Amino acid sequence: MEHYTMNLTLKVWKQKNTASKGRFETFEVKDISSEMSFLEMFDVLNERLINEGKDPIAFDHDCREGICGMCSMYINGRPHGPWHGTTTCQLHMRAFKDGDTIVVEPWRANAFPVIKDLMVDRSAFDRIIQAGGYISVNTGNAVDGNTIPVERDQAERSFAAAACIGCGACVAACKNSSAMLFTAAKVSHLALLPQGDPERKTRALNMIAQMDKEGFGSCTNTGACEAVCPKEISIAYIAQLNSEFIRGAVLQHEENE
Amino acid sequence: MKWTEIFTSSIGKKLVMALSGLFLISFLVIHVGLNACIWANDKGEMFNKAAHFMDTSVVVRILEVVLFAGFFVHIIQGIVLEIQNRSKRKIGYQIKLGNRGSKWNSRFMGLLGTIIFMFLIIHWKQLWIPSRFTGVAPVVIDGKEMQDMFSLMKVTFSELWVVIVYVVACYSLCWHLIHGFQSAFRTIGVYNNRYLIMINKAGIWFSVIVSLAFAMMPVSMYLNWV
Repeated sequence: MEHYTMNLTLKVWKQKNTASKGRFETFEVKDISSEMSFLEMFDVLNERLINEGKDPIAFDHDCREGICGMCSMYINGRPHGPWHGTTTCQLHMRAFKDGDTIVVEPWRANAFPVIKDLMVDRSAFDRIIQAGGYISVNTGNAVDGNTIPVERDQAERSFAAAACIGCGACVAACKNSSAMLFTAAKVSHLALLPQGDPERKTRALNMIAQMDKEGFGSCTNTGACEAVCPKEISIAYIAQLNSEFIRGAVLQHEENE
Repeated sequence: MKWTEIFTSSIGKKLVMALSGLFLISFLVIHVGLNACIWANDKGEMFNKAAHFMDTSVVVRILEVVLFAGFFVHIIQGIVLEIQNRSKRKIGYQIKLGNRGSKWNSRFMGLLGTIIFMFLIIHWKQLWIPSRFTGVAPVVIDGKEMQDMFSLMKVTFSELWVVIVYVVACYSLCWHLIHGFQSAFRTIGVYNNRYLIMINKAGIWFSVIVSLAFAMMPVSMYLNWV
């Protein structure tokens, strides 16, 4: 596609801190290249705001190559913008036309409080991982990777779940603000491998208990999470999480109660 | 997690919805099957006999109590879940994801369920309460006296507004089932994609056939087809 430049109107959510109220502010940006990434367009705007002595727009980003899960903008009503299977940093301005108005909001969920502007606190995800997203290994020398045989299909499915970068788009898109796709990816990824077996009975129970404690809603299988996931995690993993949860509940020993 | 918390956790609440939903689906099969007797083209004789069996069987009486418990659990839990889930996002979005992320019926299960519940109240008042409590005019078939449910249906469905209410309810039921059927199986842990595709298709066929059959009952009585 040929290169072009565009002038855009941005409606961006500005919020000083978690306690303050926040509102939309409108910014005009000029001569934006179609080859820029969405975040580079924000860099251009922020540089201008800093030069003008104004407060730049705060947003999360880190690797800018679509694998860290830090970027988190709700662009024109869709997490990570209009492209399928793409993070905000990998969204490029050729997705837009000259004269477009773009509305940018932070992830909205009680469990993801806004820190500033477009940045939200996603540490709830870390606590869900801590509750059960780990395995037990012996100390000492590292064991050769191929010591334990793993069925190829299981390994593939486990890897597809492990592709989850924990960005939180699933929560942002879900009408119930449920973290089920994230939790499902993390539970399934370990449940499918022999290395995850020692904690298998308690993992789903503990991670779901933590997910509920963090204030996420419950899943109603609408499929919005799967539709917006930049890593295309399948909603079938949620069914697998349900199965792991029931398995854990049935096999649970009394001393765990 | 205590065993009681299994059913109060977020997955547990879904499990309650799924199991009660599947039970209500099994009831729909019986209900639509028995009611299809109105099309036997024998002036309601077969239908009245079927209704008489349901009226007099002890097993059915016990199952009826279980059925109402199922309705109660499914409706109350549904309302509670809807309220709880809505409260998880205090500030909403300026632009909503809408149909770009999910099918409309999966997001409006609460609304569809409410329409079905309002219909149920009318349905109970018109047909269930007379047959169980206030009494229905008798008819003698094969020397046995039984409630003439067929004639009661004919009278009830001679009014256009009743027919419209029933058709709207069946339309809502169809969309409610299209999501609910496959969602219930996902919730009880069916995650093999091959089975999920089969269940999805079976669910759509089930929903359309059952809802269409139910909707055709008042329509065919109103148009004097039976």
